[in-house]
Amino acid sequence: MLHIVACIKQVPDTKIIKMNPKTNTMDRASAPAILNPYDAHAVEEAVRLKKRYGGTVSVLTMGPPPAVKAIKKCIEIGADEGYMISDRAFAGADTLATSYALTKAIEKISKIKPVDLIICGKMTIDGDTGQVGPGIARRLDMPPLTSVNKVKEINVKEGYAVVQRKLEDGYEVIQSTMPCLMSVEKEINEVPYSSMTNMLKAARYQPIIWAVADLEDVERTQLGLKGSPTIVSKVWAPTKPSGGEMLEGDAAQQTEKLLNILLEKKELFAGKGGA
Amino acid sequence: MSEKFDCIVVGAGPAGISCAYELAKAGVNVLLIERGEYPGSKNVMGGVLYRKMMEDVIPEFWKEAPLERPVVEQRFMMMDKESAITVGYKGMEWGQEPYNNFTVLRAKFDQWFAGKAVEQGALLVNETVVLECIVEDGKVVGVRTDRPDGDLYADVVVLADGVNSLLAKSLGFHKEFRPDEVALATMEIIKLDKKTIEDRFNLEENQGTTIELFGDATKGILGTGFLYTNKDTLSLGVGSLLSGLIKHKIKPYELLEYVKNHPMIRPYIAGGEPVEYLAHMIPEGGYKSMPKVAGNGVLVVGDAAQLVNAIHREGSNLAMKSGQFAAEAVLLAKEREDYSEATLNHYKTRLMSSFVGQDMKKYKDSTHHFDKFPQYFEKYIPMANKAMSQMFTVDGTSKWDKQKKIWRDVGTAGEKLKLARDAYRAWKVMK
Repeated sequence: MLHIVACIKQVPDTKIIKMNPKTNTMDRASAPAILNPYDAHAVEEAVRLKKRYGGTVSVLTMGPPPAVKAIKKCIEIGADEGYMISDRAFAGADTLATSYALTKAIEKISKIKPVDLIICGKMTIDGDTGQVGPGIARRLDMPPLTSVNKVKEINVKEGYAVVQRKLEDGYEVIQSTMPCLMSVEKEINEVPYSSMTNMLKAARYQPIIWAVADLEDVERTQLGLKGSPTIVSKVWAPTKPSGGEMLEGDAAQQTEKLLNILLEKKELFAGKGGA
Repeated sequence: MSEKFDCIVVGAGPAGISCAYELAKAGVNVLLIERGEYPGSKNVMGGVLYRKMMEDVIPEFWKEAPLERPVVEQRFMMMDKESAITVGYKGMEWGQEPYNNFTVLRAKFDQWFAGKAVEQGALLVNETVVLECIVEDGKVVGVRTDRPDGDLYADVVVLADGVNSLLAKSLGFHKEFRPDEVALATMEIIKLDKKTIEDRFNLEENQGTTIELFGDATKGILGTGFLYTNKDTLSLGVGSLLSGLIKHKIKPYELLEYVKNHPMIRPYIAGGEPVEYLAHMIPEGGYKSMPKVAGNGVLVVGDAAQLVNAIHREGSNLAMKSGQFAAEAVLLAKEREDYSEATLNHYKTRLMSSFVGQDMKKYKDSTHHFDKFPQYFEKYIPMANKAMSQMFTVDGTSKWDKQKKIWRDVGTAGEKLKLARDAYRAWKVMK
């Protein structure tokens, strides 16, 4: 039976978040916390695979106690079990330390039930790095399948998965051994309106919460701020570009003008596939 | 397989939450369904929470609930275009335990309150719309929601779905409300520095003021405006009967803009930044508009039962009380294993013999009276303003002459008689 772990995160809704103009950091209190939208697609895909092949879906998150809400949201989507690692020692983690902590949690989940597949969202909307998924794959020595926009086949018995990846210049269909890790694009599926059965299950659900002490073989120096080599030297809100040039005239005239500008500034485009 | 609960409460506002809280506390298997993203996300009121009725549900709630400021001063402004007569009361006894009332922001408060019901064991499901009651053999047996496999069953359903209750209407408990039975209120939450608020309203820390606005605040249309102090925001709003807005062809937001620019209000909000805009209907038909509140397997509470005392701007407290009485009736029905209208009518009996029913009866004619006779707001408030101005302007005229002039300005003998008659009538509908 297929056991899928979906890694998720609770994030501030960056559509409405405000930046503190003095410190140039996000004012997290200014926006409600939501399930990272890409992760909703990851969980939905896990649930769809469960329906196709049978099995169970576990979700995993690292976060402060209120992040239980994000796990409940995943139960609404159709996940069976939710795990959360929550501890002061995890605070301040960058993507390296986060992938380490999540890996340790996945190792513990595997002991309860072996994991065949890990699914992550493409990236979080508060960090935009997309590094945690591949980081976990590397640590667990699994093939990382990024930018997946279609899961074509899963064969647990023979231990392989066939997926379609979305690249900048087209699509790529690849076969990978399992277990493997996928990070998925948001167009992979649409998250439907949850059923009442799942809503009631989520309302009653309490996730399994682990602190650092509950995990095994953990090197504390690799956790949280201590385990994070990333240095954020400066964060700022980009200034809105001003001015620009409006091209006027009919379609032919505008095309002519645009062509001239492009030719004039062709060195700007050089180097990318050759101008 | 559809689940069955002892009780389903539709709507997580003060009435629904109070009811679910009491039932869960008594060990009843209760489901609370809310259509908003979370309780409070769609709920609106000016912002005064009455301590007594809230305390009846959760003792000493002020120690942990997200409240804004305890109200130590209540002012009333009778406004003309460029003047106002203000009366008020400020007392330090309201600033200490057990307090009289508080200003609150509903998005925060309701979420907290619903959380307390969940702590007691109520099950809360958000983002779900109840489409209709499931009726079998003349008895409500559950609700149909908009979710896949969304039918749910219960011994009794409590409708706390707010003003305009479509569920009570679909059961035939009331007709579509008329424009003179509902008010439309719009409000803004305006951000201002905490210190600035305290300076402008003559307050110390953890003290609040409420100001009710009459007369020109609603351009003479029957209604009221309000200006309340929160921690670091002000709530400024204005509401008037839908019929008045239609008759005077005024859009609700125009009225709010008008109040914001009124010279009596403008200085209070100067430099503030509007951070939220809200609008909601208020049931103001009073006692005469109350629907049937108990049926076979169903009860109606709060705004859905039109429980608003418009004259005293009370509503959430009546809602909480009705939620408690409904819970009482459900417990009685559970004990008797009889959810018929006859048993559930216990709710109606309790409600109508309490202050809720008494106040609804006391003011049963008041809104209708002031709606029918617009001269109170249109004529008498400006008249009183003018009289005050004349009396207190020192210009060498003797006070006797001033009084004579004021009396002359009331109008002809017939108009004086009318004034006396209107004063008597107003007293009669309020007594």
